[in-house]
Amino acid sequence: MKVEQISVFLENQPGGLEHVTRVLADADINIRALSLADTSDFGILRLIVDDMESAEKAFHDEGFTVKRSHVVAVEIPDRPGGMHSISKVLTEKNINVEYAYAFVERSGENAIIIFRFDDIDAGIDALLENGFTVLPGEKVYRL
Amino acid sequence: MIFNEEFETLPREALEALQLKRLQQVTGRVYHTVGFYKRAFDEAGVTPDDIKTLDDIRRLPFTTKQDLRDNYPFGLFAVPMSNIVRLHASSGTTGKPTVVGYTRRDIEIWSRLMARSFVAAGLTSNDIIHNAYGYGLFTGGLGAHYGTEMLGASVIPMSGGSTKKQIMILQDFGPTAICCTPSYALYLAERGEAMGVDMRSLKLRVGILGAEPWSEKMRQEIEGRLGITALDIYGLSEIMGPGVAMECAEGRDGLHVFEDHFIVETINPETGENVPYGEEGELVFTSLTKEAFPLIRYRTKDISRLMKEPCRCGRTHVRMARVSGRSDDMLIIRGVNVFPSQIESVLLGIEGLGPHYELIVDREGNLDTLEIRVEMSEDVFSDEIKTLQKIERRITKDIKDYLGVTAKVKLVGAGSLERSEGKTQKVIDKREI
Repeated sequence: MKVEQISVFLENQPGGLEHVTRVLADADINIRALSLADTSDFGILRLIVDDMESAEKAFHDEGFTVKRSHVVAVEIPDRPGGMHSISKVLTEKNINVEYAYAFVERSGENAIIIFRFDDIDAGIDALLENGFTVLPGEKVYRL
Repeated sequence: MIFNEEFETLPREALEALQLKRLQQVTGRVYHTVGFYKRAFDEAGVTPDDIKTLDDIRRLPFTTKQDLRDNYPFGLFAVPMSNIVRLHASSGTTGKPTVVGYTRRDIEIWSRLMARSFVAAGLTSNDIIHNAYGYGLFTGGLGAHYGTEMLGASVIPMSGGSTKKQIMILQDFGPTAICCTPSYALYLAERGEAMGVDMRSLKLRVGILGAEPWSEKMRQEIEGRLGITALDIYGLSEIMGPGVAMECAEGRDGLHVFEDHFIVETINPETGENVPYGEEGELVFTSLTKEAFPLIRYRTKDISRLMKEPCRCGRTHVRMARVSGRSDDMLIIRGVNVFPSQIESVLLGIEGLGPHYELIVDREGNLDTLEIRVEMSEDVFSDEIKTLQKIERRITKDIKDYLGVTAKVKLVGAGSLERSEGKTQKVIDKREI
């Protein structure tokens, strides 16, 4: 039930992001979801792509520092209170969210929220127990 | 005014005769009491009896910082520990400091040379000296302290830091002179001005500034903002501490090396050959009267030139120009010696970090700044910001703990720092001094 994510280290300078996107475009890799976290002098670009292996290879060939890690994708109806229903469960189960990012599914009916929990397995269990749809990686990569 | 008129104005001939006599004594003493010198002299094929003229000093081997490290901590002491009354230490590249010792007489001579320095700066027993050099292993604080007491002036033992309090004391105690690094003098001016204090109207009239390289431009700025006469003092713990050489208020052109206690030479740092007066070279000192820790031809790595022309102040001692640089890669940041190799070992001490870094030294306002750019490695990289910030904080803390300087750490992409086949340019010094 885990989704693989690849993170790329970026210096905060013009052209940094452009270099990453060029690598992906040249390798014909499609971005499913992304989030850019930054501080005053560096950034971390987190990506979910359709072909993780090729992406990692392409980044390494270009000298990027990358890391693969696991996140959780939750599908919820796209309506007011949807996100809140998840945070309520996480609070009850005392699960800490390191970061999250979200996008709306193509059909427009559902939203998908990507979570990075401090304890990923406990997070997945809590969501499943409460009837949430946790998407398997394969499904997210092919969205 | 001259503190020790007899010795500071000795005719050259008499001064050189005194130097020769003392050089013969000190070489004889170290040859027979310090194993290191016996071996070094024997290897160079020279004995103390070969010293017949002052020029014969050139036959003696050099002593280097590495020799001091190899004999850490007390291996070069020429007297038993029971005769040592004080120890000081300076920073070294490996994290181990170099240790120096003093007998009671060494401390007295040092105090007298500091008193000479103060008098050369125009101070008398009526002055109050605000001593903002750090007290501790560093020789600056206690050296200036004892010199003030020797002169009979009043010392305020401030030490470094607590800038607000320093400004309060400058206002309330009314010191007439200050001892500190040039950059700290400017920092005090800045902070005082920001606090709304008219720094020019203080009773301060003289600054005895040293322990880091500075320039004529910086002198003018200090003098303008503090309304003082700023003079350069030189020294290094290995030789004694501050008070090896001092600029006189009358001449303000070079620092008189107190030649009755030290022989100064300038050499080509590459070949070790002596260079003529007036030409730039590495300063080499021999201490003539030190009992506990005499040094023979110690290579300072400081670049300067010597001036033999008579000075208007009447002192006959040779002058050295303001130190213009270092022959090695040592950086002096806010008065603290920093070697790139020290930073490298701190980085390598943190698991997962590589040895690729770049140091950027600059001056913001009037304080030296150090930025360390460290290449990211996949071993420490994370998808979480807080993990990377933790690494930055860890580097900053370790640098502070081991080297005593505050650095700004910036993580950069792997492979982004310039590399070349030969020597990597690891230091970018943007300071204009």
